Amino acid sequence: MNVNYMVSLIAVIVLFLLAYVGVKVPGGQVLFGAVIPYLAVITFIVGVIYRVIDWGHSPVPFRIPSTCGQQKSLPWVKSASLDNPATTGGVIVRMILEILLFRSLFRNTKCELKEGDKLSYEWEKWLWLGALAFHWSFATVLIRHLRLFLEPVPACLQFLEKIDGFLQVGLPGVLLSGVVLLAAVTYLLLRRIFIPQVRYISLASDFFPLFLIFGVAFTGILMRYFSKVDVVGAKEIAIGLATFHPSLPESVGGLFYVHLFFVSVLLAYFPFSKLMHMAGIFFSPTRNLPGNSRAVRHINPWNYPVAVHTYEEYEDEFREKMIEAGLPVEKEIVAESTESAESTGESEEKE
Amino acid sequence: MPDDLAKPNELLSKIDYKPSKTGWMDTLTEIRTGMYCYASNPKSVEYLGLPHARGWNPLDEDWKLPENWKEIIHNGLREQLDRFRSFKVFMDICVRCGACADKCHFFIGTGDPKNMPVLRAELLRSVYRNDFTTAGKILGKMVGARELTFDVLKEWWYYFFQCTECRRCSIFCPYGIDTAEITIMARELLNLLGLNIDWIATPVANCYRTGNHLGIQPHAYIDMMDFFADDIEEITGIKVEPSFNKKGADILFITPSGDVFADPGTYTAMGYMMLFHYLKEKYGFDITWSTYASEGGNFGFFTSHETMKRLNAKMYAEAKRLGVKWILGGECGHMWRVINQYMDTMNGPADFMEEPVSPITGTKFENAKSTKMVHIAEFTADLIKHGKLDLDVSRNDHLKVTYHDSCNTARGMGILHEPRYVIKNICNNFFEMPANTIREMTFCCGSGSGLNAGEDMELRMVGGLARANAVKYVHEKHGVNMLACICAIDRAALPPLMEYWVPDVDVTGLHEMVGNALNLPGQKERTTDLRSEPLPGMEEEDNAE
Repeated sequence: MNVNYMVSLIAVIVLFLLAYVGVKVPGGQVLFGAVIPYLAVITFIVGVIYRVIDWGHSPVPFRIPSTCGQQKSLPWVKSASLDNPATTGGVIVRMILEILLFRSLFRNTKCELKEGDKLSYEWEKWLWLGALAFHWSFATVLIRHLRLFLEPVPACLQFLEKIDGFLQVGLPGVLLSGVVLLAAVTYLLLRRIFIPQVRYISLASDFFPLFLIFGVAFTGILMRYFSKVDVVGAKEIAIGLATFHPSLPESVGGLFYVHLFFVSVLLAYFPFSKLMHMAGIFFSPTRNLPGNSRAVRHINPWNYPVAVHTYEEYEDEFREKMIEAGLPVEKEIVAESTESAESTGESEEKE
Repeated sequence: MPDDLAKPNELLSKIDYKPSKTGWMDTLTEIRTGMYCYASNPKSVEYLGLPHARGWNPLDEDWKLPENWKEIIHNGLREQLDRFRSFKVFMDICVRCGACADKCHFFIGTGDPKNMPVLRAELLRSVYRNDFTTAGKILGKMVGARELTFDVLKEWWYYFFQCTECRRCSIFCPYGIDTAEITIMARELLNLLGLNIDWIATPVANCYRTGNHLGIQPHAYIDMMDFFADDIEEITGIKVEPSFNKKGADILFITPSGDVFADPGTYTAMGYMMLFHYLKEKYGFDITWSTYASEGGNFGFFTSHETMKRLNAKMYAEAKRLGVKWILGGECGHMWRVINQYMDTMNGPADFMEEPVSPITGTKFENAKSTKMVHIAEFTADLIKHGKLDLDVSRNDHLKVTYHDSCNTARGMGILHEPRYVIKNICNNFFEMPANTIREMTFCCGSGSGLNAGEDMELRMVGGLARANAVKYVHEKHGVNMLACICAIDRAALPPLMEYWVPDVDVTGLHEMVGNALNLPGQKERTTDLRSEPLPGMEEEDNAE
């Protein structure tokens, strides 16, 4: 039993009960259906902006991209324009591939010591696949939810839904994204629990968002396929929230409020947590800079002068030995005593 | 090799990838002999004017820390967060997916969970969260925050000197989190408390004073070069005469001092000297070495950004003093990471030099037009491409070569093709190691970032296991007997590594092999390689020993 995931699981169960019971007490609906969602959205927006600005305040003093391929050098040497881009265009493509396809994670290998003395590295695609499935299905679900806020529902959303439901089974038709999201989040949870090294590095704050997102997906699926939530009522609430005229019809059950509360908690938790990786990836200096630091000078805004050991100081110390070894010197020994004043002090940084 | 070093099989059998039952925050660090480097000599720290010089011993309970050490760390951390976006972002966005875990050679070789890059970073992140984040202040351990205590400091010191800043983890990280960057910051913090290691601090002090890590004074430097010139004369019949500190030379050559000091780097130095002599005779190439800037490497990089800048300043200062057109850099790993990522920014602009053009081929090195510094592998590859070298490849026929990408040149620069191109043109037998262990996925020698001391031999051997294992693979499969590299730390670190794990494989620099193959104008019949070992089939007939 691991205290980290137990704590997180219990926290999510408590949140569930809080909302489920909370909406039943007087004023609970307003609290969970309007006040908390608004606060959550404000926290999310302000928090994320604050964090991003905070990152932005710190400069990027050096150009330190991880070069994952051949540098651009001689004209006849083929350079890795995506893995070691020398141009901004290359960097943009590299970033798109990182953000949309998790290119670095795609490289993942699994190391094993075989027969006691042979190291092997095998391509490990599951984490990459799981992460991809998780993020893409989550994005799809999120976009699909826009239909609740928009009347009439735009054609592109209807089209997305059509693709999402291409299996055409069940009534209401099964939307793949929700199922994939639940499966992927379960996979990510299970690997944290069962792979010893991953469990060892996992904090309660790693389990909590997974349980929470599991809760979001689970309640969503329950509502759509099993408890058959009143969609018209749900849409009324959504549009009410979006237009700042909250309206809370009685026909929408407790499960809906749990779902909404989970999402609110997720939004409010976001800026204070590792979930900020969503914004952070754009700021990663090992990925978002071109590898051309020998061709184009990078400026460090806080570059300050440092104490250096100048050539003059060096020659002063070794002049005799240098002359003996036949090395050219700036000053002959005779001149040393009269001009020694020139060679003192530490040099300033060159401009 | 120290006598008490365990045998290879013993070390292998000790590897256990299963983490301990107790959580990492509750597992106290025990500093183990063979796995750490000695504390710095206070004289070196003092010479450099770095903070809190004193004698101390990592094994002691009392590290003689300044009274307000926690405050120093806290303020240092704050300053770094304000100065480095990389650091700030890397402190915030790790999701602990674990993709980096088994990418680190120290984790692969030890199984110690705190050698997983993610956990190495968490050692520092935990204190960051406690001191600088709201969630950390309120929720503490739940969100991975903990207070800085002496035990935590000890843990930092132990594990941030068990990272070679090789960046292998960073290429697998979906956010590009670079543990090297985190280790650099952590060591900078430790440096604020005078917690340096001697294998770094003393070379830095030497370099500051004499121009090179080894403390070679100018006359001694010349002596060694004379000695190499004698060897070259014996081998080829040609007397080469390198120039030093020459004003008005076209080009300044800077290489790590390790190459003029210890085998097998010395043979690489001989290779350079032969190449430069050849180019001078044939094309009037005018290059000079410097005794003041007689160090390419920069152990300041393993101390702090400021110390790196202080040492690096010599390169441009000397180029300016001598009035050269541009600088040519020898084979070295972290030297090139510094040149590529930091030099121009820190000590530039180098507007007193010209954009580098090879005087022999006319090639413009566009990729180095701002730093004005060209890598010798680029330079030589260009010469070979243009057919400017007279090579007898058969003098490398006794070598079955594989190539080790230095982590720094691979992941901090991306010079992958040029050295391979050179090798393929100077020797007939070249075999690559498995794809997951070369190029950008190359494994560190296990001794980088100032860890190639004598007292931490066990650490170096377990750290180099992944590299050695891949060499062993090509050794057994193809009979590889020579491991080529373009890094002076490699040339110092890989020979004992090979002796330990793959005893029949030797280590060479790229330009040693160039020297072997290069025909000097007017040379005598060559019967030995640069190591003065007889070349099979080319032995002197009347000299059957």
